[in-house]
Amino acid sequence: MALNIIVLAKQVPDTHNVGPDAMTPEGTINRAALPAVFNPEDLNALEQALRLKEQFPGSTIKVVTMGLPKSAEVVRESLFRGADEGFVITDRCLGGADTLATSYTISQAIRKIGKFDIILGGRQAIDGDAAQVGPQIAEKLGLTQVTYAEEIISLDEKARKIVIKRHIDGGVETVEAPLPLVVTVNGSAAPCRPRNAKRVMKYKNATVPAERPAEQAEAIAAANAAKPYLNITQWGAADIDADLKQVGKAGSPTNVKAVQNIVFKAKESQTLTSSDADVENLMVELLNNKIIG
Amino acid sequence: MPNFYSDHPELKFQLENSPLMKRIVELKERNYADKDTFDYAPQNFEDAMDSYDRVCELTGDICANIIAPNAEAVDAEGPHCENGRVRYASKTYENLDATVKAGLCGVTMPRRYNGLNFPCTAYTIINEMIATADAGFENIWSLQDCIETLYEFGDEEQRKKYVPRVCAGETMSMDLTEPDAGSDLQSVMLKATWSEKDNCWLLNGCKRFITNGDSDIHLVLARSEEGTKDGRGLSMFIYDKNQGGVNVRRIENKLGIHGSPTCELVYKNAKAELCGSRKLGLIKYVMALMNGARLGIAAQSVGISAAAYEEGLAYAKDRKQFGNEIINFPAVYDMLAIMKAKLDAGRTLLYQTARYVDIYKCLEDIERERKLTPEERAELKKFSKLADAFTPLSKGMNSEYANQNTYDCIQIHGGSGFMLEYACQRLYRDARITSIYEGTTQLQTVAAIRYVTNGFYGQVIADLLAETEIAPEYAALKARVEKMAEKYNAAVAKVDELKDDEFKDFCSRHLYEMAADTVMSILILGDATKRPDLFDNSARVYVRYAAAEVEKHSDFVADAQPADLANYRK
Repeated sequence: MALNIIVLAKQVPDTHNVGPDAMTPEGTINRAALPAVFNPEDLNALEQALRLKEQFPGSTIKVVTMGLPKSAEVVRESLFRGADEGFVITDRCLGGADTLATSYTISQAIRKIGKFDIILGGRQAIDGDAAQVGPQIAEKLGLTQVTYAEEIISLDEKARKIVIKRHIDGGVETVEAPLPLVVTVNGSAAPCRPRNAKRVMKYKNATVPAERPAEQAEAIAAANAAKPYLNITQWGAADIDADLKQVGKAGSPTNVKAVQNIVFKAKESQTLTSSDADVENLMVELLNNKIIG
Repeated sequence: MPNFYSDHPELKFQLENSPLMKRIVELKERNYADKDTFDYAPQNFEDAMDSYDRVCELTGDICANIIAPNAEAVDAEGPHCENGRVRYASKTYENLDATVKAGLCGVTMPRRYNGLNFPCTAYTIINEMIATADAGFENIWSLQDCIETLYEFGDEEQRKKYVPRVCAGETMSMDLTEPDAGSDLQSVMLKATWSEKDNCWLLNGCKRFITNGDSDIHLVLARSEEGTKDGRGLSMFIYDKNQGGVNVRRIENKLGIHGSPTCELVYKNAKAELCGSRKLGLIKYVMALMNGARLGIAAQSVGISAAAYEEGLAYAKDRKQFGNEIINFPAVYDMLAIMKAKLDAGRTLLYQTARYVDIYKCLEDIERERKLTPEERAELKKFSKLADAFTPLSKGMNSEYANQNTYDCIQIHGGSGFMLEYACQRLYRDARITSIYEGTTQLQTVAAIRYVTNGFYGQVIADLLAETEIAPEYAALKARVEKMAEKYNAAVAKVDELKDDEFKDFCSRHLYEMAADTVMSILILGDATKRPDLFDNSARVYVRYAAAEVEKHSDFVADAQPADLANYRK
């Protein structure tokens, strides 16, 4: 049986490679100084999807992302690795969304896509670290959810059941769940495979309309007529029948009251000798402060 | 994330720099004939170059983030032999999985067999990076090169059967050497007999020192003509592992390239197919196979040199002695500058060779489809000769440079370099084989000497000096290179005049190196003219170094006499 798989992916600032100018003096992320990357755990999710596709030939993987037009880059990166189709939800009115508005918007897009057996996404994105969008989408679509997944052990297409190993505190647990469902994948799952040379050459010019320079838009659209795989679907709020009160800033009850820029500074220093007494005092202090123990 | 390609713009320069590239792509792509039939085929030259660039970039990612981090574990574990089969080191499987999933298989093969249809130049960049990451793994990966020979000399049925399998990731080996047939392949004894009953050839005997000897598809050199003793009785066969009949008796315990299993193979009635015509096994097919393999070893050598330079540089920046990072001491920065100069000069020679190979191979391939025009025939002849003359220079010099650079890399590390915990010792061990296999440096000299004595290198040097655009700021260095050329010509003339074959062989290494030093000097000056930001230092350092080398050889040859040989002979 072929599966319909949806992978949720996000383009994020590369907070794993933070330089000295990563934050603005106001304490917000300096997006210009941080390269935009594929959210790492979404890549783990994509790998799980690709493994299912290998196991169930004929399966299709659709990648959905929300963000600026340039976030089509994560769709291309997914196509390079084996995904079949991509959707970029981009619209001015979607900006400033918190997890509630984001999960609403994405669930509307999933409704529009329609058919699916499994929705996979990363556990969380490295820009917000909220880990809420996946679970909220499951709630909005009324689906079962398995979070912190490390490996899909088996999938029985006839019984419509899936067995998943998930990461929990101090170990792992194996759970069974019915299809369709939402699975969020942990960073401890298998890393994503590399880009494939032929697919890179095939899809390198795939774009959403909003990425195309106005003066070339017509020429590109004409050239793509013979190569529909070069068109990445672009949807705005209207395309997914979104209620404007529930998207973007308007739909986001979360308010950032203040951001504190914390800089660690050495306040005092101690000089110790190699005497047993000094070493013991240091050990006691570290234990008392719960730095070690 | 580190990336072996985008972190080193010298590679992209080699991909894009030459005016020959336009011709290469046009020939390789048959004027972009695949553009509407294959979704990954380029539309035009720029599109093709962009594709090569992107695939090199994704390879650079795999090399830096998968293969290189695995290298230490692969070196420590190595492969082993289980019930006649090879079991690679566990991380080797990870490397193979990555390169296969990335589709870096059958890189140069035509698209109709599922290949990427990349020119040799782009393939060589990929090859070099994989060698930088892990020279032992590079052996396994780059043996896909053997498919070129099967493609060139096999029939259509064999191409259809085997090429797509290699493009899907099956590995290859070339089973040539035997216990009593190393450099002297004419002595190969493995027996091939035609079996009427099985309607195929059967191979019996043994092979030794076979790299990746448990591969999926083997090219085997065997004696098909009973009663013969020399190269004319040898033919080439294809052995498919699925047939069975070949077992691995043991795996050699080697100084370096531990990841690469070097096998002793036993053939017992192994069913095989003849590839090409009988009796041409050694004299035609193995020669073609070896030429490709030699370019591969040149790339592997440059890759190891690059790794040695990076390791040496990082350590010298980090290590402090006498209150100062050691990179600030003249004795250390001198070593590093010469390492980089040898790397850049050797690399420009490598890619010049690869481009020559590309043009003649593409034209040969076109000749399989249609008759060449007289201009194309002349072009084929010209580039075939250039490739043949440059391949031994590139293989010999780069393998020697890899050894020298890894030696210096350990030297920069001092006592720590002698300990097994730093990568430099692995590089040093891995480099050692490069000047030995696929023809020792001494045999490269033999292959090159006819181009010394027939004046071809002299002409090539004169042509390169005339054609290469060299910036006015390098005028003094160019004058120095012209002097080097004069000294080379004088040394050749002297040896020629004496008309003593043994003396000529005795001097050949000196003449060979003088030719190579001069060629590399011109090429690096040309590169520095185009990209002084990348190559200015290397050009200046290399020409000074090469001029001193040429002087040394010139002095030796000028003074040498045939009578001196008595002091050397044992």
